[in-house]
Amino acid sequence: MQIAPPDFDRMFGALADATRRDIVRRAIDGEEGVAELAEHYPMSFAAVQKHVAILERAGLVSKERIGRRKVVRTNLEGLRVARRLLDQYEELWRGRLGRMAELVAADRKEPPR
Amino acid sequence: MTVMDVRKDPQNLTMTLDAEFDAPADRVWELWSDPRQLERWWGPPTYPATVTSHDLREGGRVEYHMTGPKGDQPAGYWEITDAEPPHRLSFRDGFRDADGRPNTDMPVNEVNVTIAEVGDGRTRMSIESVFPDTAAMEQLLAMGMQEGLTQAVGQIDAILAGQAARA
Repeated sequence: MQIAPPDFDRMFGALADATRRDIVRRAIDGEEGVAELAEHYPMSFAAVQKHVAILERAGLVSKERIGRRKVVRTNLEGLRVARRLLDQYEELWRGRLGRMAELVAADRKEPPR
Repeated sequence: MTVMDVRKDPQNLTMTLDAEFDAPADRVWELWSDPRQLERWWGPPTYPATVTSHDLREGGRVEYHMTGPKGDQPAGYWEITDAEPPHRLSFRDGFRDADGRPNTDMPVNEVNVTIAEVGDGRTRMSIESVFPDTAAMEQLLAMGMQEGLTQAVGQIDAILAGQAARA
């Protein structure tokens, strides 16, 4: 499954809300429809439906028909893309620190400058 | 090097990395103060950095570009806001346009470096990165911090690992 090109602003905008993050978490199993999801939150069905629509547009969940039911399922690939971006910054600095350590360690092998 | 601790603070939009080096503070400071050494660690191996201007004093600037595998040259600058060799360095890290001027559309990151000897000839360096107040970056960090998503990500990792094991 591909989501290309990922719209990061939309994705992070969608994930910037606690309810929507919770929906993403619950929808990993893909067992609940919007009505069932709505029961978990102190808000109207319409409000939850709106949250699901935002997640859907961001490519983070999709609606799937199972028999007569329509369930909301998390798009794992979409979430992985978001996660990769989040980790990128940390990885960038880890890489830098690793190279710094190599430079310092090289002192012992080379004559002093 | 003993790596290291990574802390992310959503309230203050900061990420802090700690690392320990088997070297005195002066040596660790050189990683920043010597442009030729800086070039060897700032850019990833696929994007080596070239430092074209380097004044590591308060109010000074560092200018660099990196060269990608296809010849692309993203350019950046540091604006030094505090420098106390060999213990402290603070700067604003931003991107530059093709004409060399700061690119105001891109986020500017504030970086605070502290370097302190911890005995036995070892030095601890702490790099605090403060994310800009742009919505995207704020959301980026807030998202990673939230337990809900952390759990979701943990579950995803477990699911993916399970799929890989089955394959």
